[in-house]
Amino acid sequence: MPHTHPTHHYQLPHFEGDILQITDLHFSYPDGHAALHGIQLCLAQGEKVALVGPNGAGKSTLMLHLNGILGDSGAVTVAGLPLNPKTLPQIRAAVGLVFQNPDDQLFSPTVFEDVAFGPLHMGLPEAEIHIRVDAALESVRMSAYRERLSHHLSVGEKKRIAIATVLAMNPRLLVLDEPSAGLDPRARRTLIHLLRDLPITMLVSTHDLALAKELFPRMIIMDEGRIVADGPTLELLQDQGLLEAHGLEKP
Amino acid sequence: MHADAFDRYYHAESPLHRLDPRVKVFLTVAFILSNALLSDGVWAAFGLAWLLILFANRFSGLGVEFSFKRSFIALPFALAAVSAIFIPAGQPLAEWTIGPIQLVPTDFGLMRFASILLRSWLSVQAGILLVAVTQFPDMIHAFEHLRVPAILTTIIAFLYRYLFVLTDEVMRLLRARESRSAALPGLKSGGSLFWRARVAGNMAGQLFLRSYERSDRIYNAMLARGYQGQMRTLRSHTMTRRDWLILSLGLFALIFLQLLARL
Amino acid sequence: MLFSPAPLHIPDGFLSLIISLFFWVITVVAVGMAISKTNKTLGEKQVPLMGIMAAFIFAAQMLNFPVAGGTSGHFLGGTLAAIVLGPWAAILVVTAVVGLQGLLFQDGGLLVMGANIFNMGILTALIGFGLYRSVINANKTTRLIVAGLGAWLATMAAALLASLQLWLSGTSQLQVVIPAMLGVHALIGIGEALVTVAALAFIMQARPDLLDAKAVVEKGGRGWIYGGVLISILTVLLSPFASGDPDGLERVAETMGFLDRGLSASYQILPDYTVPFLGETALSTIVAGMVGALVLLGILVLIGGLLKRRAS
Ligand SMILES: Nc1ncnc2c1ncn2[C@@H]1O[C@H](COP(=O)(O)OP(=O)(O)OP(=O)(O)O)[C@@H](O)[C@H]1O
Ligand SMILES: [Mg+2]
Repeated sequence: MPHTHPTHHYQLPHFEGDILQITDLHFSYPDGHAALHGIQLCLAQGEKVALVGPNGAGKSTLMLHLNGILGDSGAVTVAGLPLNPKTLPQIRAAVGLVFQNPDDQLFSPTVFEDVAFGPLHMGLPEAEIHIRVDAALESVRMSAYRERLSHHLSVGEKKRIAIATVLAMNPRLLVLDEPSAGLDPRARRTLIHLLRDLPITMLVSTHDLALAKELFPRMIIMDEGRIVADGPTLELLQDQGLLEAHGLEKP
Repeated sequence: MHADAFDRYYHAESPLHRLDPRVKVFLTVAFILSNALLSDGVWAAFGLAWLLILFANRFSGLGVEFSFKRSFIALPFALAAVSAIFIPAGQPLAEWTIGPIQLVPTDFGLMRFASILLRSWLSVQAGILLVAVTQFPDMIHAFEHLRVPAILTTIIAFLYRYLFVLTDEVMRLLRARESRSAALPGLKSGGSLFWRARVAGNMAGQLFLRSYERSDRIYNAMLARGYQGQMRTLRSHTMTRRDWLILSLGLFALIFLQLLARL
Repeated sequence: MLFSPAPLHIPDGFLSLIISLFFWVITVVAVGMAISKTNKTLGEKQVPLMGIMAAFIFAAQMLNFPVAGGTSGHFLGGTLAAIVLGPWAAILVVTAVVGLQGLLFQDGGLLVMGANIFNMGILTALIGFGLYRSVINANKTTRLIVAGLGAWLATMAAALLASLQLWLSGTSQLQVVIPAMLGVHALIGIGEALVTVAALAFIMQARPDLLDAKAVVEKGGRGWIYGGVLISILTVLLSPFASGDPDGLERVAETMGFLDRGLSASYQILPDYTVPFLGETALSTIVAGMVGALVLLGILVLIGGLLKRRAS
């Protein structure tokens, strides 16, 4: 079968160094609730990092900052570009953010339309969009689902399509919010294989420490809006006291 | 309950399924318009219209009787037309006296009543067939192509997508209410009417807020994928020679039908 | 049953071509205005919001509550939408709901969809929002009572107009359809009012920001108050007259030239208003209907303009 690969004309210029830099990020919700306090974080290209912490730690809030949906403080730099209104479209194309609930992520009637949404709104030509959609579905092994209706999919299928919706934008950094929540063991296993095989920098929030241990060499622990630990996953998982202090359980 | 309960599409490999959705929508509307243009009592034309429906059924691969079997949904509404039978015009057919009321069905009234029902019944069948052979998202594309404003088609696309999600939520709410409102034998369950309406109202309010907040999250998901306030769509359908041919054939048939009715 | 076809969703075939087209014209103009208003005044966030709200209305219509003897009340949701989202957005939302119900479920016809949208969307937005807007600075209880009243009246107005449409189409006789429709909807309206009030109270408590005076005023000008109050008064005056003295209404219609007594071509309610050079064809009837609709619209726009000038 002839195979077409996505062209690379529509990407950020080549870049060396940390793909993501966050310096001293603070954030309060409009109702006054302070959710983030002085977050410092760097991600090198190719790294796969787990973000863990108890409910309400601020993981989702932090992720919403990575492509400018929340906050405008200038604390975030993606691939060398400081996040501001001018760089926003580029940064949104570079950071693929997948939300916790796939029903919020998949808002179009059909799988094809949903996966095409990102490339379409990036302004790509139609032929390129089709190539991207096919490649993205292929990489989550869902090519057969191209014409399916979103509401017919199972939870596991929805999660994979949700990942495809951002892969179609050829992101530099993939940010997943609790991808394994609500999956049965087999769907979880499929997801693990999928994430392992994707050659992209990743930041993944999860309550599933076994998954973190298996997939992510580096782990960041958050609690009450602060990063309380950041280091090799295997080491942090040995620190019983640390885990207990932040409501985590050794897998 | 599963969302499939709302699906009206029946898959089959048929010429009708393959037809461009614009043609299907256009011909359906034209057919319904044509029914409305038929005067009362032109039975031959009504019969021909029914033949057209049978013909379309035949080409849908779903069976000749497909739309017929599902066509009785509008029947309850026929009640609204019953009074037409007694329009005081034409020849009286009988005289019924029920208590103080005297009813006189007339031949004119009866013809009018039958014509209204026929028009409605034929039109409903066209609609049933349309949704059975067209995936709803394709129908939305058809409306985009037919220049329905993008904001409306987008709202309908969201409606279609989230209909399934939200009705599931309603089902959960109703189930929760059910499981907590069992009455002991011999006791009347469930408080006053006001109280029951308030429970329903609270459920509606809760559903409203959940939906409202969900729309925030969806908006975020759209922003994250490059949405800048302008919905874009791919125009994915192109009319083939066959589509044009069937469109013209369909329109010819309808024009012929109208001429026949005016002979 | 997943949803019961409400008696307000008129199917194809029950309204004459003229009535159908007449209301399509008005509805298209109103929806067009709603589109341009929502484009201008509401942010881009509103597109997903209106879509989800349409799904909310659709789903909420499944919320039933036992009334008596096996029957149950259903929630219609139009008034709630008009109050919380504002009248323009509510018109679009109800248009989408009626459109989908008609297209996907044949719950209401296509050719008569203009009338259905007008009855259930535009009238409801006028009455529901207009009345609520008029007491926006009153205390919470008053606002809730008026919202409930608006919900009831909106249901009644829709039923009344649907009856009149059926009558003018030569489908139903006035002395039957008016009492039947109004009777049924007086009850349905009570359920609608109760649920609307309870839902609003719930929202006021949980998200007062959505319903504070400023948020509501921003969504629709004073014109809505005049329109809403006017239509409400019309409904209140016309309903008893129409059901108590249908012959009277028929006489009025006749003297005004609205009703073709012969009914031989019953889809022509304006037999004397055909366009001369087109002759007595269906086409000329259609054109006459459109002209009639445009004239009425012109008058409405003029009145609206005058009211606006007086207000400012
Ligand atoms: N829209 C909002 N408005 C106000 N406060 C919010 C909002 N969203 C989240 N919060 C608060 O911010 C804090 C961080 O929430 P966040 O969703 O980021 O946590 P999380 O780490 O993702 O939790 P979980 O593991 O449960 O997903 C919580 O205390 C939460 O209550
Ligand atoms: Mg979270």
